Amino acid sequence: MKRRLEWSLAIALLLAAALFAAAPWAGKAVHAAARAHTGEPLVYASPVETLFSPDGARLYVLCQESGEVRVLDATNYKTIAKVAVGRVPRGFALSPGGLRLFVANSWDDTVSVVDTRSLQVSATWPVGAEPSSVAQDPAGKYLFVANRISNDVAVLDARTGAEQKRLAAGRGASYVTLSPDGRRLYVTHVYPILPAHGSELGNRMPPESEITVIDTARAVVADRIPLRRIAGVFHVAISADGRLGAVAELHPKNLVPLAHLEHGWAFADTLTLFGADIGPKPVEIPIDELERYAARPFGVVISPDKSRLYVTSGGSEIVTAIDVRRLLATVCARPKPFVEDLSASANYVLARIAVGHDPRGATISPDGRRLFVANRLDDTISVIDTRTNRLAATIPLDGPKDLSVLRYGEQTFYTARYSFQGQIGCANCHIDSTFDGLTWDLEPDGFGVDIVENKLLEGIKDVGPYKWNGANPNLPTECGPRTEKYFWRSENFDDLTLADLVVYIRGLQPRPNRWRSPDNSLTPAEERGEKIFERTSDKLGQPIPIENRCAYCHSGANGTDRKTFDVGTKKPTDRSGLLKTPQLTNVGLMAPFLHDGSAPTLEEIWTVFNPEDKHGRTNDLTKDELNDMIEYLRTR
Amino acid sequence: MKNLAQKIWIASALAMAAAAAAMVVPQPASAQRRPAAQVSARAVKASATKLSSSVQSLPRFRFQNFTTADGLPDDHVYSVLVDGDRIWAGTDNGVGLYENGKWKTYTTKDGLAQRAVLSLALDKRTGDVWAGTMGGLSRISGGRIDTYTQLNSGLSNDVVYGVSVEGENVWVATAAGACRLNTRTGEWSLWNERNTPMREIWVYGVSAQPDKVYFAVWGSGLLEYTQKTGGWDMYKDPDGETEVVVLKDQGLIHDIVSSVSYVDGIVWAATYFGDSRYDGRYWHNFMTKDSGLPSNFTNFVKGVDGNHAWFCTDKGLAYYDGANWAVYRPSLTTGKPEMIVRNAQGRVAAVPVTTAPAHNYILGIDFQGNDIWVATAKGLSHGIRQP
Repeated sequence: MKRRLEWSLAIALLLAAALFAAAPWAGKAVHAAARAHTGEPLVYASPVETLFSPDGARLYVLCQESGEVRVLDATNYKTIAKVAVGRVPRGFALSPGGLRLFVANSWDDTVSVVDTRSLQVSATWPVGAEPSSVAQDPAGKYLFVANRISNDVAVLDARTGAEQKRLAAGRGASYVTLSPDGRRLYVTHVYPILPAHGSELGNRMPPESEITVIDTARAVVADRIPLRRIAGVFHVAISADGRLGAVAELHPKNLVPLAHLEHGWAFADTLTLFGADIGPKPVEIPIDELERYAARPFGVVISPDKSRLYVTSGGSEIVTAIDVRRLLATVCARPKPFVEDLSASANYVLARIAVGHDPRGATISPDGRRLFVANRLDDTISVIDTRTNRLAATIPLDGPKDLSVLRYGEQTFYTARYSFQGQIGCANCHIDSTFDGLTWDLEPDGFGVDIVENKLLEGIKDVGPYKWNGANPNLPTECGPRTEKYFWRSENFDDLTLADLVVYIRGLQPRPNRWRSPDNSLTPAEERGEKIFERTSDKLGQPIPIENRCAYCHSGANGTDRKTFDVGTKKPTDRSGLLKTPQLTNVGLMAPFLHDGSAPTLEEIWTVFNPEDKHGRTNDLTKDELNDMIEYLRTR
Repeated sequence: MKNLAQKIWIASALAMAAAAAAMVVPQPASAQRRPAAQVSARAVKASATKLSSSVQSLPRFRFQNFTTADGLPDDHVYSVLVDGDRIWAGTDNGVGLYENGKWKTYTTKDGLAQRAVLSLALDKRTGDVWAGTMGGLSRISGGRIDTYTQLNSGLSNDVVYGVSVEGENVWVATAAGACRLNTRTGEWSLWNERNTPMREIWVYGVSAQPDKVYFAVWGSGLLEYTQKTGGWDMYKDPDGETEVVVLKDQGLIHDIVSSVSYVDGIVWAATYFGDSRYDGRYWHNFMTKDSGLPSNFTNFVKGVDGNHAWFCTDKGLAYYDGANWAVYRPSLTTGKPEMIVRNAQGRVAAVPVTTAPAHNYILGIDFQGNDIWVATAKGLSHGIRQP
C-alpha cells in the first residue's frame, strides 16, 4: 500500500512537473502561466475587491491575475466591460464623484486612472514600491497610496499624480479605508513592526502592529492605534456614524510551541474594535469558535444601519455575520481581555456563511441588502442576503473553466481545511505567498529548541535543501510529511494535492527587485559594495579563507551554495550551529534576518552578530564600506 | 541678487546707526570697546536712558520659564523645536512635547534612542520630528518612535549632534562624520575624512536647503555641500588654528565651529571664538570686542533671515538685527533679569525688564511667530513678544 502511494506520488509529481515545465515562463508573470489540456493559457480573473458606483448601477470587480477591472451591471451581474490595468492590482477606489477609478498595480508600482465614463485608462502614474490600495480625500486634493514594500503612504496630487510626500506607515502598508466623513484615513499593514534592536535569544517578543491614522486635510499622520500581539492586519471598516471601527487581523501565538494547535493555540482570528462606541482603548475580540474557526480574516464591512458586521475569512472560506448590538454589549460586559475565550463569539456571531475559495474583499450594496464577496480562487462573487444571512447567488466571472495544477495548488496553499479543525493554512504564515516576519518554535526539535524565522517563498524552487538546517531535501518533503505532521496535525494531503501544492510553490516568481535599477546598472555605492562582496583578501592584504568569503557561500544566481555552515550565530536554544546558506533573492524584503530573526536589520548581521568574522570577513570594514555592501546586497 | 542683499544690508545698517547715534546715551570710550556683557553694570545704572528708535525696535519679551516643576522632562534643555502650536524640547531626560498647556514626555521606554536629546528637526511636509541623541537618531511620527543607530542602520555614529530635514533627505551631524538618510530609498550616505575635505570628523551641526548643505565641523571649519553637483567646499579660519584674528572679516572666525544656520542664501556660523556671517562672497565676523555678543563662546546660531540672527552663548541670548544687538539673560552678577542693547556705534544701554530666560547658558532657540522658545541649561523659556 505504501509503495503504491509512493508510486502515485511520484507519477503525480512527474506529471505536474511536466505540465509545469511546459509553461511559458515569462519573467514578468506572477506565476508561471498554466495551460489547459488543449494548450491555451489559463489566465484566471482572481477577483480580490469589489465596489459599487455611486449610483449603485455598476459593480466594479478588481481582478488580480488577469490585471483587469471588470465592470458588471449591478442588477443582472452581466459584464459591461473589462478594463486592462497593470500587473497584480491589489486595491482600487473611486474618486468622490465616481468619475475616476484609481487602481493600485502592485507589481508595476503604478496607479491606473480609469475614466468611468469611457471605461478607458486615462493615465498611469508611477508610485512607490508595491502599491496595494488607494483612496482619495473628499476634497479631491490628495490621492493616498499604501506602498507595501516601502512601508509608507504616498501622497499624490489627485489631479496630476505628482507625488508630494510619503508618510511613514506600518511595515507592509497595504490597505486603506476612509472614514465616512473623509477626514481620516485608516491604514493597515501586513507585517509586524520590527523591534529597534535584536536580542540574543532571537526575535522572541510579542509582535506589534498599528493602524496608522492620517489626517486627510493636512496629509499628515494624526495618530497610530496600537495593535498589541498582532501580525497581519487587513481591512478596516468604519460605521456610517463614524463611531465604530473594526479591523480584521491575525493574532499569532508564535512564542509558544506550535504543538498547541489541538488547543486552538496557533493563531487567533480576531477583530480589533475602536472608536467612540468602544472608548479610549481599542478592544480585541475573537471571531473563532471551537471547531468553527474563521481562519485568516481579511475583509470587513459594517452595514449602513450598523446592525451587522461581516468578516471574510480566506482560510476558512466563510463570511462571519456578527450582530453589532450584541457585540457591543459583550464588550461592555467584559472589561477584561477575552480574546482567547473560544466561547465568546457565540454571544455575537449570527452565522458563518460558506462562500468560495479564498474570499477577500467585501462590499455591501447601497441599500444594505446584499453583501458581495470576491472569491479570489474561484473566479466568483458570492452574493449574501443580509436579511437572512444566507448565500443568495454566486456570480461566475468570465474565465477558464478548467482548473490548472497551479490553481489547485494555490487553492491548497490558501485553504485551512487540511489542518486540525481547520485552524490554519500555509497562507497564515506566508501572507500572500510571502512570509510573516515572525519566528516560530516548531516543536519537532523539542520545545523551546531551534527557534526559526520564517522565510520568503518566492524563487525557492532551486534552493533546496529546505529548512534552516537543510534537513528537508526537497519541497515534497518540506510541504508534505513535515507540514502534515507538525503543522496540520490532521489528515495527510493526498498525493495529487501535494503535487499541486509543490508545483504552485515552485512556480512562485520573485517579485521585481525594487532596489535594482530597471537597466540592472549599479550605483557607485552598489558597485563598491559588490567589490567587497566579491573580494578575496581583506584590507590588510591578507587572503580571506575561501569559506569566509561572502561570494563563496552566497554564490550563484540565487546567492546560495545550498550547503550548511556554522557562521557563529548559534544561540543557547539551538541544537547546532550548522545552517543552510539562505538565498539572497530579494533579501532586502526579508527582515528580520538570521535563522532565528535575531537581527532586525541587515546591518546587525555584521555589527552585532559577527564578532569573530565567522559570517564573512567584515570586521576590517569601515562603516561606510559596510553600508556599501548592504546597498549591493539589496539589489540581489 | 547678492548685490541687492548687500546694499540692503549696508543701507539698513547705516540708517539704523545714524538714527541710533543721536539717541543712545554716550558711553565712555573705554566702555564702548567693551562687549555688552562687561558693561552691564554700568548700563543698568543708565537704565532710564532714552533709547534710539532703532534700538527701541529691538524685540522685548516677557519670559515664561518651564522646569520639571511644570512637567518638563528635565531642566537641562539642549534643543527646542516649534511646530505650530506644539513645542518640542530635547532634554537630558527625553523629549518633551508641550501641547494644549500640558507636557508629554517621550523616553527610551517609548523607543527613543537615548535620553539625552541634543538636536531636533521638523519635517514640515509630514509633521515627523527627528531627534538627534547621544545614542542614535529617532523619528517621532504620530507618536511612534523609530530609532536608527550605528548598529542597526547606516548611521555613522550614535552621537548625533545635529539634524536637518530637506525634502526626503535627513541630514545628520555625528561624532564620526556627516551622513544622509534618504527616507524614500532607505539609503545612507556617509561623509568623513576619506571622501570630503574635513580633517576632523566631529560634526556639530548641519543646516540643509535645496541648493546647499552646510556642516559645522568642530576643528575643521565649515563644510559646504552643493546638492546639484555633489561637490564639497571647505571654509577655514585663514589665521589657522590660532585664536588671533589678524585681519577682521577675512574669513571664518575660527575652525572650531559649533553650529550653522543657512537661510536666504546667507550662512550664519557659530564658533567657540566668535561668530560669522557669510553671503557667498564676503565674510562678516562678530566677537565680543566689536559686537553686542555677550560671549565669544556660542553654542548655537539660528538665522531669522539674511540680516537677522539669534546667538545662543554661555553668557546669554543675543539678537542681532543687522546693526543693533540685544542680550537677554539673568544678570551674571545679580541674577536679576536684564536686557542690554547695543547700537551700531557700540553704545550700550540697559532696558528695564522683569523677566529673563531661565538661565544664561543658552543652548538653542526656535521661533513661534513673533515669540521665541529658548533652550537653556536650567529650563525652557518662552519669550512672549511685548508690544
